[in-house]
Amino acid sequence: MKILVCISHVPDTTSKINFADGDTKFDTNGVQFVINPNDEFGLTRAMWFKEKQGATVSVVNVGGPETEPTLRKALAIGADEAIRVNTEATDGFFVAKQLARVIEEGAYDLIIAGRESIDYNGGMVPGMLAALTGANFVNTCIGLEVEGNEATAIREIDGGKETVKCALPLIIGGQKGLVEESDLRIPNMRGIMMARKKQLTVLEPAEVAGRTAAVKFEKPAPKGEVKLVSPDNLDELVQLLHNEAKVI
Amino acid sequence: MNTPLPPSRGELLILNKKTMSILIYAESEEGKLKKIAFEVASYARALAGQTGDTVTAVAINAENTAELGKYGVDKVLKVSDEKLSAFNARAYADVIKQAADQEGSKVVLISSSANDKYLAPVLAVNLGAGYASNVVALPESTDPFRVKRTAFTNKAFSITEISTDIKLLGLSKNSFGLKESEAAAAEEAFSPSLNDDDFSIKTESVDKTTGKVTIADAEIVVSGGRGLKGPENWGMIEELADVLGAATACSKPVSDMGWRPHSEHVGQTGKPVASNLYVAVGISGAIQHLAGINASKVKVVINSDPEAPFFKAADYGVVGDAFEVVPALIEKLKEFKAQNS
Ligand SMILES: Cc1cc2nc3c(=O)[nH]c(=O)nc-3n(C[C@H](O)[C@H](O)[C@H](O)COP(=O)(O)OP(=O)(O)OC[C@H]3O[C@@H](n4cnc5c(N)ncnc54)[C@H](O)[C@@H]3O)c2cc1C
Ligand SMILES: Nc1ncnc2c1ncn2[C@@H]1O[C@H](COP(=O)(O)O)[C@@H](O)[C@H]1O
Repeated sequence: MKILVCISHVPDTTSKINFADGDTKFDTNGVQFVINPNDEFGLTRAMWFKEKQGATVSVVNVGGPETEPTLRKALAIGADEAIRVNTEATDGFFVAKQLARVIEEGAYDLIIAGRESIDYNGGMVPGMLAALTGANFVNTCIGLEVEGNEATAIREIDGGKETVKCALPLIIGGQKGLVEESDLRIPNMRGIMMARKKQLTVLEPAEVAGRTAAVKFEKPAPKGEVKLVSPDNLDELVQLLHNEAKVI
Repeated sequence: MNTPLPPSRGELLILNKKTMSILIYAESEEGKLKKIAFEVASYARALAGQTGDTVTAVAINAENTAELGKYGVDKVLKVSDEKLSAFNARAYADVIKQAADQEGSKVVLISSSANDKYLAPVLAVNLGAGYASNVVALPESTDPFRVKRTAFTNKAFSITEISTDIKLLGLSKNSFGLKESEAAAAEEAFSPSLNDDDFSIKTESVDKTTGKVTIADAEIVVSGGRGLKGPENWGMIEELADVLGAATACSKPVSDMGWRPHSEHVGQTGKPVASNLYVAVGISGAIQHLAGINASKVKVVINSDPEAPFFKAADYGVVGDAFEVVPALIEKLKEFKAQNS
């Protein structure tokens, strides 16, 4: 089984979000970048397929040279090879088009992406990839098994979950549940050394027109002071929620 | 290549007058329209007011669609098909695409429910549309078409410009609200042609808790954190949720430790919450937690530590021991309910 894990390179969850150039660009100053959390769960699941079912695991990112440390981290965790499509990831459709080309050339059986990336939060790339390549698609995937050419996937739905079956090739939008938090791997010294020797292929992008563009960013309005209510006066809280906030 | 000049305003209006309609997908569950369908309809009506379009809804296996009229829908395309009884992203996207084609819709609107977010990117590719998800307001301008959406998990907003002729918008829950307007929705049967390839994914089983409010649908969410000490103490959280008609949720460590199911984990890496009221009990207010729940309108924190960061993000706060405050609050709410019903 050939697996491709799509890795989005995102600001660490503790990052303060600021913008530069008249609020038209994300300010990367002092920001740590990491593997998108949803993709990290997927990468770990891919490692299990590799170890238990003999799969090969490639990782891919559409992005500039600055994303290579993130790809190297994925290699240190255990991916076999990495691909970087050398272009700025401007919009979900643009990224999906670039990835579709990688998928068609590599003839992957299983493509693991994340439900969404925590920066752009588009939740677009895996679904668009499925539509572009014709592969099956399961979103918000919290469990996945593959036997031969058939996959059984568990999908989180509002208020529960459902189990579905389909043939490969399959694209998933994964999240926590594919593996647990405690299953995530931190690269060790040996992994880091080995990662240096693994192949990282840089591909030039296909010419594709994006369909959306973030033209400006805004930060939420600063929050007013909290109104404190004494624990001995909870009637006041009930009244505030009823009369002032009008939520009960 | 010469780029044609954009039409002048007058011409645009005439073009609009022709047959344009904004299409919404009105999601239903077990034959009943979901509340978010009415919110999407309200948004479409307001947008139609700006552009001079009409509003058409497409509904799949929904029994009673008349209520859509109350939120400004002019026409409902009703699809009834046994094959569509279980949700299927590709097939549903296909139905919406065909409806958009028939209506010549240039703007297609969906919600941000789990199912809608699943089908949206597929629909976007099929329509050749640019897609903006998590939209929180009416377009700032329609030419160029610019909408505000959340980004960086609610830590910021981005103004996104969609450059394609057809636009797909995913509306963030509770960002627009319900707005009534008088229209009588005409009903029309709609029979899309379904392709067998659309059904290559087979649903084996669905496991859904019935009778419980889900985080996605909830108006109020009551959430517990590590301050509650252990799973055995969740009785009062459930009771508080019960009196409020709320869904229960939790912080990430609580689900990681197995005190509560993963499906209750909210935050940047869990479920997003956009409720009217969010009550946090024994939750410190870490940046990743707040990012995921910030879209909620009103936030209440109950925490014994006045320095807990949550107090900076909340509208109302009680500094106190949850084991005393929560039971007392439950009593007060019961009294309030008794007087107000
Ligand atoms: C990559 C990454 C992603 C993450 N994603 C998420 C996410 O999506 N969601 C999330 O929630 N977290 C997330 N976290 C974890 C986050 O950083 C915090 O660790 C977590 O939110 C803390 O949970 P807590 O508030 O329940 O626990 P704590 O931080 O331990 O806080 C417990 C609180 O309870 C209070 N308390 C104690 N006793 C009482 C009492 N008797 N009465 C009242 N209050 C009491 C304490 O004062 C304290 O403020 C993420 C972390 C990382 C690194
Ligand atoms: N630039 C990118 N390179 C590779 N994969 C990506 C990229 N952007 C998004 N993805 C994948 O698509 C998923 C959803 O991203 P998004 O549509 O941006 O929310 C991510 O979790 C990744 O798996």
